[in-house]
Amino acid sequence: MKDKFLIAFSAIAILSIAVFFFGCPTGKKSVVERDAAEKVYIAPGQYDEFYAFLSGGFSGQVSVYGIPSGRLLRIIPVFAVNPENGYGYSEETKAMLTTTHGFIPWDDSHHPELSQTNGVADGRWLFINSNNTPRVARIDLTTFRTVEIIEIPNSGGNHASPFVTENTEYVVASTRFSVPIPQEDVTISSYAEKFKGTLSFIKVDPQTGRMNIAFQILMPGFDYDLSHAGKGKSHGWFFFSSYNTEQAHTLLEVNASQNDKDFIAAVNWKKAEEYLAQGKAHEIPGVHYHNVFDEKKQTAYSEVIDNVKVLIPEECPGLVYFIPTPKSPHGCDVDPEGEYIVGGGKLATVIPVFSFTKMLKAIEEKKFDKTIDGIPVLNYDAVLAGEVQNPGLGPLHTEFDGKGYAYTSVFISSEVVKWSLKDFKVVDRIPVYYSIGHLCLPGGDTKKPTPKYLLALNKITKDRYLPTGPELPQACQLIDITGEKMKMLSDFPTVGEPHYAQMISAEVIKDKSVKIFKLEENQHPHKITSPEQAKVIRNGKEVHVYMTAIRSHFTPDNIEGIKVGDEVYFHVTNLEQDWDIPHGFAVFGSTNAELLIMPGETLTLKWTPKAPGVYPFYCTDFCSALHQEMQGYVRVSPANAKVELSWNK
Amino acid sequence: MFNWKFAFVSVAFSLISLGCSGGNSENGDFTVVKDVKIGAFDPQLAAKGEQIFKMKCVACHQYDKRLVGPPLGDVVKRRSADYIISMIIAPEVMQEKNDTVKALVQKYLTKMTNQNVSIEDAKAIYEHLRQVAGMK
Repeated sequence: MKDKFLIAFSAIAILSIAVFFFGCPTGKKSVVERDAAEKVYIAPGQYDEFYAFLSGGFSGQVSVYGIPSGRLLRIIPVFAVNPENGYGYSEETKAMLTTTHGFIPWDDSHHPELSQTNGVADGRWLFINSNNTPRVARIDLTTFRTVEIIEIPNSGGNHASPFVTENTEYVVASTRFSVPIPQEDVTISSYAEKFKGTLSFIKVDPQTGRMNIAFQILMPGFDYDLSHAGKGKSHGWFFFSSYNTEQAHTLLEVNASQNDKDFIAAVNWKKAEEYLAQGKAHEIPGVHYHNVFDEKKQTAYSEVIDNVKVLIPEECPGLVYFIPTPKSPHGCDVDPEGEYIVGGGKLATVIPVFSFTKMLKAIEEKKFDKTIDGIPVLNYDAVLAGEVQNPGLGPLHTEFDGKGYAYTSVFISSEVVKWSLKDFKVVDRIPVYYSIGHLCLPGGDTKKPTPKYLLALNKITKDRYLPTGPELPQACQLIDITGEKMKMLSDFPTVGEPHYAQMISAEVIKDKSVKIFKLEENQHPHKITSPEQAKVIRNGKEVHVYMTAIRSHFTPDNIEGIKVGDEVYFHVTNLEQDWDIPHGFAVFGSTNAELLIMPGETLTLKWTPKAPGVYPFYCTDFCSALHQEMQGYVRVSPANAKVELSWNK
Repeated sequence: MFNWKFAFVSVAFSLISLGCSGGNSENGDFTVVKDVKIGAFDPQLAAKGEQIFKMKCVACHQYDKRLVGPPLGDVVKRRSADYIISMIIAPEVMQEKNDTVKALVQKYLTKMTNQNVSIEDAKAIYEHLRQVAGMK
């Protein structure tokens, strides 16, 4: 007996040692340190240290994760409809997704950017761009809801967006795919002659956050790709990377990779303000929708704006300069001091680092190689501070730790490289799995980074998780950057593509979170604040049901007199005044989504019954022990029936 | 000889009991507010209370019959002002600590919701209930 025990014990010991030395028997190497689990473990009931706001890429949304745990906290619908809570389906939210092309249920969201005060993320708003149909959205971080979307006219694809200046004076947008401006029916081969790009500066009201397009700058027809504002000493400037300076219009993969150098456009936006004040701007057609969610009325409204102001560089000397940047640059990042502008040349073998001080000197000394459409092209060497050698294959984006180091994501060789801003030498590198795009440090693109974690945002996961058929998730990897060497801590799959992210200390946001909407402050035009006010009103074919919901019944819950051909609007007010008690509302056979109504809120579902019968409705969000009883019926009669409208209280 | 084992166990027990103190040591007649002062009837306050009652209470409470919760027409005769105001401002605390409320939850099978009512508004509702009960 004892011998058997010994043999078993020895076998387990040998196996453990083998696993320790050779890794787990999955065929994949484990590269984490032993204390990694401890560093990302957040005990049940405890809060994470940081919020991470991840763009959803082609999901069109923003997802919110807790860091370091990687727990998904919430998905904020922005540019895509969300049947889960009725965003884009309820009457109140349809206007948010309305554009000059009509209602658009989807877009591609790329770059979340937190609002800033004095160059530091202030936790008030999160901006995010849509790439396909150019728009910029603003999310209120007290409610975690999209409260504003502005369309960008005279643009095709909005990628270098929505980065902010250090006091959120402006958020920017730009043209990724240059198009004829104004749009017209021309042959595509007239690209070089007719196609233009625009750089848009959207003014943000410091109190309300409301956006309006202050001006656009008409640029040569390149692809404007990414941007960042100057900060500190370079506050007043904005930098945009560009590629396809070849102005190719087909097979860009080859034809837009010919030039040895493309450009970073340096825009002096304070100068632009001067030109604007001098009346140098042209007012040109630029029809665009501006959708604002009125928080008091709990409803989104659209306004249509016809024109925009445009500045033309040729007429505005000193407004824009081009900095030659090797091989189709992508990332365009500015260090916390505002001195270095780092270009990520995705086909380059070096990372060029430009000096703001040298740029000003080169401008002063007119060290120009040539001029393109009135825009001086600065001499590369006159502006260059240094080049990072051997950064890996395909350097893309750079963020900073505020302690003298920069971290660059490298796509083709799937790694993060850490390099010194002192001598531009690589000091560390760590592999990531796989094909990293952006990376993110808390405050990593602001004046005050918090150098604790780095989030690698990976495009491809291949064999990292249990297979789920051909379609696999994208992923984040969390890296500890507190020491000299970067250490891999954990990874987690994400919703859609985590294109870019912003991290911020939870302390800045969590205590401002709204828990309920106060019934007394509800100014929704169809609200009722007591079941005693419940009613059903017919106006021709339109029927309006004014309904309340509270644990666990609707008032009214029996409605008769609806007829086939009617358009029924259920205006449901949630009378709860307690945190985390939403009620849902769904009606049988509805071709619409459900409503998910927060405490004190009113939402409206439109329903068009097609056949006579009795249709149940019910609460979809488990609200109490008697949630299953939270139901009701609507009787639908033939169009010519004589059934009177009636309801109970 | 010093008994290390005993000492360790004693210390551990002390730590556990210290760490676990602060449990439910309340009496069964616990209320959140104590000794609320109720003055002469104030009709203006009662009118304000009626408005709030209609917004935040009538979905579940009527005056003369059971709906989701108990009828409240004569509640001021049955319960103390401390009890009523505590129920209005912090029903979740009362449900946990007051024996009468615990029994009521068993009877009605629904927990009363916190309707985010301030103490001033709760006093107004109380005034309205005084009026309804004919105790003005």
